[in-house]
Amino acid sequence: MNWELVFGQIKWTSFVFAGMIENPSLSEAIASGAGSLAVLGAIATVILLTVKGWWVPLWRDWLTSVDHKRVGIMYIVVALIMFARAVIEAALMRAQQLSAYDGGGFLSADHFGQLFSTHGTIMIFFVAMPFITGLMNYVMPLQIGARDVSFPLLNAISLMLTVAGAMLVMVSLVVGRFSTGGWSAYPPFTGIEFSPDEGVDYWIWAVSLGSIGSTLTGLNFAVTIYKKRCPGMSLFRMPLFTWTTLCTSILMIFAMAPLTAATIMLALDRYAGFHFFTNGDGGNMMNYANLFWLFGHPEVYILILPAFGVWSEVVATYSSKRIYGYTSLVYATMCIAVLSFAVWLHHFFTMGQSANVNAIFGIATMIIGVPTGVKVYDWLLTMVGGRIRLSTAMLFHINFLLTFILGGMTGVLLANPGVDFQVHNTLFLVAHFHNMIIPGVLFGMFAAVQFWFPKAFGFRLHEGLGRASFWCFAPGFLLAFFPLYWLGMMGATRRTFEWSNPDYLPWLALAMLGAALILAGFAFMTAQFIVSVRRREELAAPLGDPWDGRALEWSIPSPPPAWNFAVLPQVTARDAFYEAKKDGTAYRSPAGYEDIEVPRNTATAPLIGLFACAWAFGLVWHIWWLAILSFVLIWAVVIARSFATDTEETVPAATVRAANEAFLAAVRAAPGVTRDQEMTAANRGRAIPESLEGGAGALAAGAAMEVTR
Amino acid sequence: MSLSERLHPGINLAGTDPESHEAAEEVLFGFWIFLMSDLVLFAVLFATYAAMSVQGIAEGPRPAEVFDLTAAFLETLLLLLSSCAFGFAMLEMKYRENRRGVLGWLLVTGLLGAGFVGMELHDYYVMITAHGAPPQASGFLSAYYLLTGTHALHVSSGLVWMAVMAVQVAALGMNPAVKLRLMRLALFWHMLDVVWIGIFTFVYLYGVVS
Repeated sequence: MNWELVFGQIKWTSFVFAGMIENPSLSEAIASGAGSLAVLGAIATVILLTVKGWWVPLWRDWLTSVDHKRVGIMYIVVALIMFARAVIEAALMRAQQLSAYDGGGFLSADHFGQLFSTHGTIMIFFVAMPFITGLMNYVMPLQIGARDVSFPLLNAISLMLTVAGAMLVMVSLVVGRFSTGGWSAYPPFTGIEFSPDEGVDYWIWAVSLGSIGSTLTGLNFAVTIYKKRCPGMSLFRMPLFTWTTLCTSILMIFAMAPLTAATIMLALDRYAGFHFFTNGDGGNMMNYANLFWLFGHPEVYILILPAFGVWSEVVATYSSKRIYGYTSLVYATMCIAVLSFAVWLHHFFTMGQSANVNAIFGIATMIIGVPTGVKVYDWLLTMVGGRIRLSTAMLFHINFLLTFILGGMTGVLLANPGVDFQVHNTLFLVAHFHNMIIPGVLFGMFAAVQFWFPKAFGFRLHEGLGRASFWCFAPGFLLAFFPLYWLGMMGATRRTFEWSNPDYLPWLALAMLGAALILAGFAFMTAQFIVSVRRREELAAPLGDPWDGRALEWSIPSPPPAWNFAVLPQVTARDAFYEAKKDGTAYRSPAGYEDIEVPRNTATAPLIGLFACAWAFGLVWHIWWLAILSFVLIWAVVIARSFATDTEETVPAATVRAANEAFLAAVRAAPGVTRDQEMTAANRGRAIPESLEGGAGALAAGAAMEVTR
Repeated sequence: MSLSERLHPGINLAGTDPESHEAAEEVLFGFWIFLMSDLVLFAVLFATYAAMSVQGIAEGPRPAEVFDLTAAFLETLLLLLSSCAFGFAMLEMKYRENRRGVLGWLLVTGLLGAGFVGMELHDYYVMITAHGAPPQASGFLSAYYLLTGTHALHVSSGLVWMAVMAVQVAALGMNPAVKLRLMRLALFWHMLDVVWIGIFTFVYLYGVVS
C-alpha cells in the first residue's frame, strides 16, 4: 500500500503537536497551543451546537440562506473570528520583538515568519475583506430600496468560498505550517527552491479562494446597484455608502484578476516547474511585483472606500445635518477609484526602475491626497453648526479624522522616492500602512457595527462598553504604531525577530503597551456584544429608526423582514427617508400589497464551499485523488443546481400586509424620542426628526406633528 | 419602462419573447461584467507574455522556431466557424424555438470547438516532442503555455457547458431559463473568439515575423 497515494505529503510529523514532542521549546509550545486552541475551538463549537440543538436552525436559517442580510451577517462573523486570531498574533509579535533584545525572545525565526505572514494575510483577506463585504451586503440593498442583490445564490457562494479560504488558514495551525513569505509572498523566496514545504501553497490557495469570492461579489453588487434601484433613485440620489460600494465593486471586478493570475503563475512555478518568477531560465520576479501590486494597490482602496461611505453616513446622522458637499464626495470617490490603478509602482520604488518612472508614480501617488482631502473637509464641514452627539461611532469618526490625516501625511512622505529609498523596508512603512488601515478601515467597520447593529438585530449595543472599547482602541492604536515611525527612522527593519540596538527598547516597550490596550479594546467590544444580547429587552429598538436616520434602510422594521420592503419605495430626493419624515409622508400605509417572490434556501453554496476547501487542502498536500474528486464535485453541484426549477417561493400579499400594518401601527403608537434621549431605554426606534436645515420652525413643526399623532 | 430601454447587448428576443427579454436585462448585464473581469485576466496574461517572449527566452528556443502558422491558421478557421454555427443556433432559438435545430447547430459548434482544442493539443505535442519546447524550458514558453492554455481551458469549459445545455434543451425544452443560459454561453463563446484573434495576431503572427 502506497500511503502517499492516500495521504499525499502529510506525515505524522506534519501535525503541529509533533514539533512539541520531538523538539520541545517555548516557540513550539506556543505553536502547539495555537493548534490545540483551533482544535478545541472546533470541538467546543460542535458540542455547543449539539447541546443547544442548534444544528438544524444553523443549517436551515443561516448556512443555506441566500438572503443578503443573513449572508452579510455571516461575513462579519467570519471577519470577527479571524480578527481575534490575527490580533493575538500581533500582540505575540510585539512581545517577541520586545523580549528579543540581543538574541533573546521566545519564538523561533521561522515561527515569527509564519506569524507575520498569517497576520497580514488574515487581516487583509479574511478580516478586512469579509468585513466590508458583509457590511455592503447588509446595507447597500436596503439603501437602494431593493428586495435583494441581483444574484442571491452567487452571493452565498462568494461567502462560502471566502469561508473555505479562512478555514484553510485555520487548518494550517494544526496540519503543517504556513508561509514565511509575508502577506505579499514575493518570489523567488516563495518559489519551490527556497520554500519547498507546504507553507506557500496554503497561502496560494487560501488567497485564491478569497479572491474568486471577491470577484463574484464585485460583479454582483455592481449589477445590483445599476439594475435594482427603486423608482426615483437616480445615481445622484444614492446614499454615499452605496456610492462607495459601487466604486469598490468596480475595483473588485478589475483588481482581483491580476492577483488570480499571479497566484496561478506562482503555483505553476511551484507545482509544475514553470519559470515565471524563478531566478534562472528566463524567469522574471519583477513581474510578480507588478501583478501583485496591480491588485494590491487598488485593494487598499477596496478596503478604504466602504469605510469612507460609513463615515459619510455616520457624520451626517450624528450631526443631524445633510452631508456637506455630496457631489464633491461622489466625484472624490470616483477619482480615488481611478487613481488607485495608477500608483501601484510606488510599492517597489527601490527595485530598479528608472528615476523618471519613479517620479511619475510618486506624483500620481501624492495626487490621491487631493480627493481624500476633499472628503476630510466635507466631513469637517458637515459637523459645523450640527447637532453633534458623541456616540461611540462618532468618537471613532473624530479619532479617524485626526489619525488618518497623520497617516496620510506620512504617505505623502513615502510617495517621494527619495524618502522611500531611506525608509521603505523599515518599521516606518509598517507604521504608515497600519496608520491608514486601522483608523480608516478597522475603526470604520467598528463604527458601522455600532451604527447599523440595531438595524440588523432590533436592539442597540450597550453604549458605555462601546465607549470603553473606543477609549482602549484609540490610544492603544497611537501607542502601538506611532513609536514605529521613530523606530523606522532609527533604522529598525521590518519583519525582524531579534534586535541588538538598545535604543530601540523603550519604543518597543511603548508599542507593546499599545498592543495590550488594543487587546483590552477587543475584550471590551466582546463584552459589549455579550452584555447587549443579555439586555436586549431594555435596549430594544424594533421600530427601525433609533438615530434619526436619513436613508431608506431606517424606514423599515428592525430586523427587516425577509422581503425588506413591503412595497418598493418611491424616491424623490437625496436622504429619502429623512425628507419623508420632514414632510410627513413617512410611515404611510401603501395603497395596496402584492405577492412577493423570494429565493428558496439551498444547500448549493455550503456544498461548494466545503468541496472548495477540500480541493484546496488536497492541492496543498498533493493529495491528488482528493483534489480531483472535490473539483469534480464542485462542478457537479453547479450543474445539478442548473436543473433545479423550483427555486423561488411566494410570500402572499396578506402576510406582507399583516406584517407591515402591524409595524406601522406600532410606529404610530410610539411616542418617539428626541436626540437627547437616543442613548436611553426610551429609544424604541422611533425618532422625532430634528431638522437643522429647515431652521427652528421645522423643528417645532416636527414636535407638533408628534403631539397631533 | 419602454421596450427600447430594456434592450441589452447580445441577441434581443423582443418581438418574439418579451418575457425572457425582460428577465435577460439583469443576468446578461451581469454576465458582461463577468466577461470584463475575465478579459482583465487575459490582458494580464498577454502583458506577461509580451514581456517574457522578449526577455524570457534564456537558453530555450525563440518564438519563430517553434510556432506553426499553418496550424494556427486552421485553428482560427475552426473557432470562427464554430462562432458562426453558434449564431445559427441562436437564430433557431429566436425565430423557430426549434429544439432539433438548436441541438443540431450546437452539435456543429461543439464539434468545431473540439476540433480546435484537439488541434491545439496536437500543437503542444509537436512543440514538446519535435522542438524540445515544454513549458519548463524557459520563461517565454511558460508564458506561452499559460496564455494559450488558459484560452484552451476556457474553450473546453465552454464545451462542457454546451453539453449541459444540450441536455437541458432536450430535457427541459426551450424555457426562459434555458434560453438565457444559451444567450450567456453565446456571449462566452464569442468572447473566446475575440481573445483568440488577439492570440493569433500577437503570439503567432508577431512571433513568426520577429
